[in-house]
Amino acid sequence: MERIPILKMGEYLLVTIQVDMHDRLAMSLQDDLTAKIVSVRAKGVLIDISALEMVDSFIGRMFGDIAAMSRILDAETVVVGMRPAVAITLVELGLSLPGVRTALNIERGMELLRGLIGAKGRDDAGSA
Amino acid sequence: MPTDSIASLNEILQKDEGALLTNWVDSQVNAVTFRPDRTSRPELMDHSRRFLTLLRDAVKSGEADIMGPGWAGVRQMLDDLSVSRAQQGFSPSETATFIFSLKQPLFDRLQAAVGAGEALNRVWATNLLLDRLGLYTTEVFQRGRERVIVRQQQELMELSTPVVTLWEGVLALPIIGTLDSARTQVVMENLLQRIVESGAEIAIIDITGVPTVDTVTAQHLLKTVAAARLMGADCIISGIRPQIAQTIVHLGVELGAVVTKATIADAFAIALKRVGLSVQKAPGASRRREEDGASDARAAADRGEV
Repeated sequence: MERIPILKMGEYLLVTIQVDMHDRLAMSLQDDLTAKIVSVRAKGVLIDISALEMVDSFIGRMFGDIAAMSRILDAETVVVGMRPAVAITLVELGLSLPGVRTALNIERGMELLRGLIGAKGRDDAGSA
Repeated sequence: MPTDSIASLNEILQKDEGALLTNWVDSQVNAVTFRPDRTSRPELMDHSRRFLTLLRDAVKSGEADIMGPGWAGVRQMLDDLSVSRAQQGFSPSETATFIFSLKQPLFDRLQAAVGAGEALNRVWATNLLLDRLGLYTTEVFQRGRERVIVRQQQELMELSTPVVTLWEGVLALPIIGTLDSARTQVVMENLLQRIVESGAEIAIIDITGVPTVDTVTAQHLLKTVAAARLMGADCIISGIRPQIAQTIVHLGVELGAVVTKATIADAFAIALKRVGLSVQKAPGASRRREEDGASDARAAADRGEV
C-alpha cells in the first residue's frame, strides 16, 4: 500500500503530499506521523500541500486533526503551499481550520516554525 | 402554410423582385420607426436585397417551418441584423419593422396575382409567415441585448475588484459597491491569486466603498479572510464607518480574531510594522524645504536683475 513519506530534518518533520489524498491514505498518514513525532521527539511538523489539487471535507478535517494531535504530542504544525482553489473549497465547506497554522511556502513555513518553537523554548525556560 | 400559397409567394418573389424591393425599402424609410441617425437608405436597400434573395431560396425549398434547415440562411441573416441593431441601440419595434414593413408591398402583389376570394387565404398564410419571422427578429434582438448586459456585468465585476500592492508584501483590496456571492468569489480568487504571485504576507481589505454590511456581506468578508489565512496571509479589514460598526454589533456578527481598523492608513501602519518596517520623518525634511524656498527666491532675484 502506498504511503506518504515523512522526512526528518533536525527537530522538524517534513511531509510532502504529492498524490491525491484518499481516506485510507489520510488515516495511515495520521498513524505514521504521530508515531514518528513520538519516536524522533520532533518539535515541529511542516506539511507541504502545494501539489494537492483537490480536497474534500474529510481531508480538510484531517489537517485540523493532525495539528491537534501534534500539539498534544508537543509539536507545532504548519501547513504550507495551499493553492487558491483548495483554500476557496475549504472555506466554502465551512472548514477554515482555526487550529492550523499556515504559510505561503516552505521557506516562510520553516521561518514560522522556528519562531514558534523558539518562543515556546523561551516560555518553558522562563516557567521552569 | 399550404403549398399553393408558397407557390404564389415564390412566383411573386421571382417575377417582381426589383419593384418589391423598392416598395419595401420605401415603406421602411417612411415608417415612423425609421432612424436616419443610425441607418441609411443604401444600407437598408442592401439588407433588404439580401433578405429577399434568401427568402426566395427558402420559399423555393418548400418548407413551412421557419426553424427548419431550409430557412437557415434567412435565420442567419436575421440573427446578424438583429444582434448588430441591438448593439447599435435600435429599439425592438424598430428592428421588427424590418420584417413587418414587407407585408404591405407583398400583400398588394398577392392580391393582384390571384382572385379576391383566394387572396384572403394566401394573405393570411403569408401574414403568419411574416409574423413568425418578425417575432424571431425580436427574440434574437432580445438575446443580443442580454449578451451586452452580461458582458457589461462581467466587466463591471472585474473592474471593481482591483488588488493593489501598497508595499512589498502588503496588498490592498479596496471593495466598492455591494458584496454579493458572485463578487465575493471574484474578489477571493483575485486576492488569493495575487497572494501567490507576490508572496504577500498581509492583505488589507478596505470596505469604505461598501454601502451596507449585513450578515451575508459579513459572512462573505469572513470567508475571504479565512481563505487568505489558509494561504498563509493575514488580513486586516479597514474603512469601517461608524454606521457599519453599529450595524455589525446590532446584527450580532462575530468578527472573531480578524483585525479591524477605522481607516486604511491605520491598517497600513500595522501592516508595515508586521513586515518589520517603520515610517519616520526624514530629519532634514523641513530644512530642505526652506532651502528650496530660498533658492527659488534667489532665482527670482536673478531673473529680476536680468
